[in-house]
Amino acid sequence: MADRILKSINTRGLKNAVRGSEYKKEALISYGILIGGYILLQLGAMTGLIGRNLQGQFVPICVYVSLAISLNLVVGISGELSLGHAGFMAVGAFTGAVVVRVLENGIGFAPLRLLIALLISAAMAALAGLIIGLPILGLRGDYLAIVTLAFGEIIKNFMNVIYFALDENGHLKFAFNHEIEGISNAGRVLTGPIGATGVTKIATFTYAAILTAFTLFVVLNIKNSKQGRAIMAIRDNRIAGESIGLNVKKYKLMAFVVSASLAGMAGCMFGQNFSTLAPAKFNFNTSVLILVFVVLGGIGNIWGGMIAAALLTILPEALRQFSDYRMLAYSIVLIGVMIATYNPTIKSRISAFWNKVNPFKNKDKDKGKKPKKTGKEAA
Amino acid sequence: MGTVLTVKNINVYYGAIHAIKGISFDVNRGEIVTLIGANGAGKSTTLHTVSGLLRSKTGDIEFLEESIAHTPAHKIVSKGISHVPEGRRIFQGMTVEENLQMGAFVTKQDRIEHNLEYVYEQFPRLKERTKQIAGTLSGGEQQMLAMGRALMSDPELLMLDEPSMGLAPILVDQIFEIIKNLNKAGTTILLVEQNAQMALSVADRAYVIETGKISLTGTGEELAKSDEVRKAYLGG
Ligand SMILES: Nc1ncnc2c1ncn2[C@@H]1O[C@H](COP(=O)(O)OP(=O)(O)OP(=O)(O)O)[C@@H](O)[C@H]1O
Ligand SMILES: [Mg+2]
Repeated sequence: MADRILKSINTRGLKNAVRGSEYKKEALISYGILIGGYILLQLGAMTGLIGRNLQGQFVPICVYVSLAISLNLVVGISGELSLGHAGFMAVGAFTGAVVVRVLENGIGFAPLRLLIALLISAAMAALAGLIIGLPILGLRGDYLAIVTLAFGEIIKNFMNVIYFALDENGHLKFAFNHEIEGISNAGRVLTGPIGATGVTKIATFTYAAILTAFTLFVVLNIKNSKQGRAIMAIRDNRIAGESIGLNVKKYKLMAFVVSASLAGMAGCMFGQNFSTLAPAKFNFNTSVLILVFVVLGGIGNIWGGMIAAALLTILPEALRQFSDYRMLAYSIVLIGVMIATYNPTIKSRISAFWNKVNPFKNKDKDKGKKPKKTGKEAA
Repeated sequence: MGTVLTVKNINVYYGAIHAIKGISFDVNRGEIVTLIGANGAGKSTTLHTVSGLLRSKTGDIEFLEESIAHTPAHKIVSKGISHVPEGRRIFQGMTVEENLQMGAFVTKQDRIEHNLEYVYEQFPRLKERTKQIAGTLSGGEQQMLAMGRALMSDPELLMLDEPSMGLAPILVDQIFEIIKNLNKAGTTILLVEQNAQMALSVADRAYVIETGKISLTGTGEELAKSDEVRKAYLGG
């Protein structure tokens, strides 16, 4: 037995040694939920089972699922509390709104415009993440929570005094803290507290779902990479991480900046789904809502957060018909999600079921593994 | 022989607290050198300064004839210094095997297999428990894991901070036996201990630290016989 284990260690390098099978399981469940959910909603829309109102939520569902995934990179995987995810979303949303409008004359093909806007939004949000993270993430303690909270508020208020417009020649004009003179309503791009207006809404359910898949791909790959294991090791024990030569600041910053840029992309997609979008939308409540998805889904559990985000976005819409009982049903679902994602018994049932149907099952490996499962999750 | 580590006149502060007041010492290749002293004397602080987690305001630290006083902490390990911090800092949620793999984070891929075998050879207890979640190991096993993990990076110099802390006498003996074996196998060791008797029995040379200063130095044997040390640290 022992030499067999040793052999299995020796044949695997550092790269794939750590929990390869668990990674596959997590990836399979996460992608499964995404693809299954996409097909289900598409079918529902096609057959008319899902009404117009709920169909209008398809893009926001994808966006919030994506935000839950990217926030999990910071909160779950890196173990830092961030209270400003909506801030990065705002950076992406308004960057995207400006970029799409500027490109409207030059690039007729909407998906290309959207793609360019997404990339620039990601870069801007990453820059914001870098500026915030650089001085903070080397410190010990919960400074990040305080600073991200402030950042969210600052971005929101900053956007309240930002004015962008296109003049009749198609030139972009900018003003700080006052309206731009001589601009027709159609030329307005960002108008202070009113926010983005005249958006052509080029986001579609399919594009949004692709973005969610991309976010999932990035986060799962980081989680399973050598860097990801360093990030999680530092979360588990910072001093031990330092003692084995990990650059704590670099890894924490990496998780934070990637998470910010993914949130920026989600924000960009979100902005392209509404004809107008006010900065007030990206307030503290939205940041907390995304955090609630992550917490309800089980911190660090990627697919748990996805389910929580999807359910809690669909629910208020779906429950509209039960007007009086809406909040009651909402809270029951909250509790239900929490039990399903936290409860070790249910978890081990799911895990046992998984082991039965697991297509990657490797008999040698699974034998010794099952009983340890619950103890580890609790830690 | 050659000097592996030279610490020259370091002064370390925690804010206004002057924790290390001009300490100098050196460690030669193949030696076991121990720093002993009472609680709060500054032993851990000294090791942290060598591994770059704290900075000295004065003096210099040389490792293999190169100054490392300004080398960032995360580059110290790949230079060949491994620090096993006080208090069994293991990755609780990972298995024994994963902990050891993490120890090889900065190690060349082709050395990992060899180092892993070496660690299992030195710590047979770990070999029996490769798949066990590290948080469920006993205190002694956790200490062994922390030491094993530090060896995964092929250190020239291994710094151990109170490896015997909180262990039953029989385990203390085992740990010290392992320290001697590691040293025989070629690792230079800088050992910080409260258990002065054990430390002096294995050490080639020793330094006594008192409130941030070195008060005595000599071979392990000399210090074990010295009246001052006997009174202060060996119970008479
Ligand atoms: N983070 C810190 N902030 C402020 N003071 C500190 C800090 N760490 C240590 N000190 C102080 O520095 C001095 C030396 O501490 P150090 O931990 O180096 O002692 P030690 O010799 O390792 O003791 P022990 O045997 O108890 O581990 C002590 O007076 C301690 O209170
Ligand atoms: Mg100490």
